[in-house]
Amino acid sequence: MRDRILLLLLLLAAIALPWLAEAAGSPATTGLATRMAIYAIAAASLNLVLGYGGLVSFGHAAYFGLGGYAVGILYAHWRSGEAFLGLIPGSISLPVTLGAAMLAGGVSAAILGALSLRTRGVQFIMITLAFAQMLFFLFVSLKAYGGDEGLSIRRRGEFPGLDLRDAAQLYWLCLGILVLWLGLLRRVAHSRFGQVLAGARQSERRMAALGVAVYPYRLVAFILSGMGAALAGALMVNALRFVSPDMMHWSKSGELMIMVILGGLGTALGPVLGAVALVGLEYGLSGLTEHWQFILGPILLLVVMFARGGLMSLVRRLLPA
Amino acid sequence: MSGPLLRIENLQKRFGGLRATDGLDLEVWPGELHALIGPNGAGKSTAIGQITGEIAPDAGRILFGGHDITRLPAARRVRRGLSRSFQVVQLLDDATAEANAALAVQAAQGHSFRFWRDATRDESLLAPARALLARAGLPAARHAMPAAGLAAGERKQVELALALAASPRLLLLDEPMAGLGASESRAMTETLRGLKGQVAILLVEHDMEAVFALADRISVLVHGRVIAAGTPGAIRASPEVRAAYLSDEDGL
Repeated sequence: MRDRILLLLLLLAAIALPWLAEAAGSPATTGLATRMAIYAIAAASLNLVLGYGGLVSFGHAAYFGLGGYAVGILYAHWRSGEAFLGLIPGSISLPVTLGAAMLAGGVSAAILGALSLRTRGVQFIMITLAFAQMLFFLFVSLKAYGGDEGLSIRRRGEFPGLDLRDAAQLYWLCLGILVLWLGLLRRVAHSRFGQVLAGARQSERRMAALGVAVYPYRLVAFILSGMGAALAGALMVNALRFVSPDMMHWSKSGELMIMVILGGLGTALGPVLGAVALVGLEYGLSGLTEHWQFILGPILLLVVMFARGGLMSLVRRLLPA
Repeated sequence: MSGPLLRIENLQKRFGGLRATDGLDLEVWPGELHALIGPNGAGKSTAIGQITGEIAPDAGRILFGGHDITRLPAARRVRRGLSRSFQVVQLLDDATAEANAALAVQAAQGHSFRFWRDATRDESLLAPARALLARAGLPAARHAMPAAGLAAGERKQVELALALAASPRLLLLDEPMAGLGASESRAMTETLRGLKGQVAILLVEHDMEAVFALADRISVLVHGRVIAAGTPGAIRASPEVRAAYLSDEDGL
């Protein structure tokens, strides 16, 4: 009960943030919060496989980037008026481009997941990384869509009833999608499917002895996770009005992993905390010095060493369940 | 169905130069408690691995309920009704005893591609789960304990409950007494006595007191093959069995 009230208050504060930022004379804060919300969607998606499923995917930037490129490519074709592959007309309608991004993320996660999930442990980490790097270099070489320079997107997507050129409205849209996505993931985690996924993390052998072959469950989790990462990527490209292969770089995969681990593996809100903390730290520290990573490293180290279970475990120490 | 429930024909498995299973023949009949015993290194673990599907045999056949399951994956064998317990208990240690059993009930009910309803509060899973734990002898007060926090004997009980969830036709118990104290061992013997007749059991066990108290028939495995099979009385009297065990210092 107390937790619910706190969550509601937090949500209200998050909704009020653009007005507070305006009143405090720092409207840029809204843009920062938008990035936090978007990364939280991506981190929460990764958490489904990494936290609940125990599958260390080191290639989730691939789906993040694919979602981004879905928006960028549809925009480019909308502008030129030529259909993509001669079939698919371009679009700047946000429901269409977000749907396309999730489809692209889901289909590619189905293919890459089907192959990667045949391996275990370190091999799985390396193969997910390798696939992501292949996609990274594919987009670097795609000169039609800007190659390594990326694509600028002059117009944000259009969403019925919203004006997304307004930073506050874009923020509220991202916040709303984040809340919906977290609610969905929470249900999935508690469902029968989620129980099998968590069981597979703890003992694949035990699951086989219960008559459950875990591969199809892991694959579906991987697909859901890829779709969520692509959704986040699509929103990020709308927020930044720019997409480049950097979104797919392996360091981005690492950042997403850091958010999940920093926030708390296998917890509903941990990835959100992790995303807020990492994006906030990057922003705050890079304002102090250009060598901000020199400070970020030890901070991450301290959290990992002294707060097993991440920031969420610190919160739980202050507010026992 | 008439005929044996489990029939193993001329099973062979080599690891390099070692013939771990060397022409193993074994039959388990419906309703019987069949004990498989043998000195250390006789090939019991390799035999279990092949029956459950974790180890692929080099040659020979395994028939279950008249169907050839020699190449069937482990999970599919369980769904056919061949359930097993592990010698080294395999539980989901983060979950409670009840949640472990609930997941087993869920697995027995069919596929788990259900994404919406909260399985952790689903009475159609939790009620049968509690009944299974009770049947395996775990007191209700311990159901909410995380599996990692249970005593060795209690973990063996949960292990048994998970094996029972699939409503198996054959229960393969891999040393259910291993690591138990004397009183825990007696409690497990009583639990197994209660299960006798309800389900066929293939009991692999070192505890000879329990084996001779429970078994309808006993097969003795030495060097990867069965050297003697029969009633407990006949096995006790067999000079071959005595020789095999005396040379191993295990004692019979």
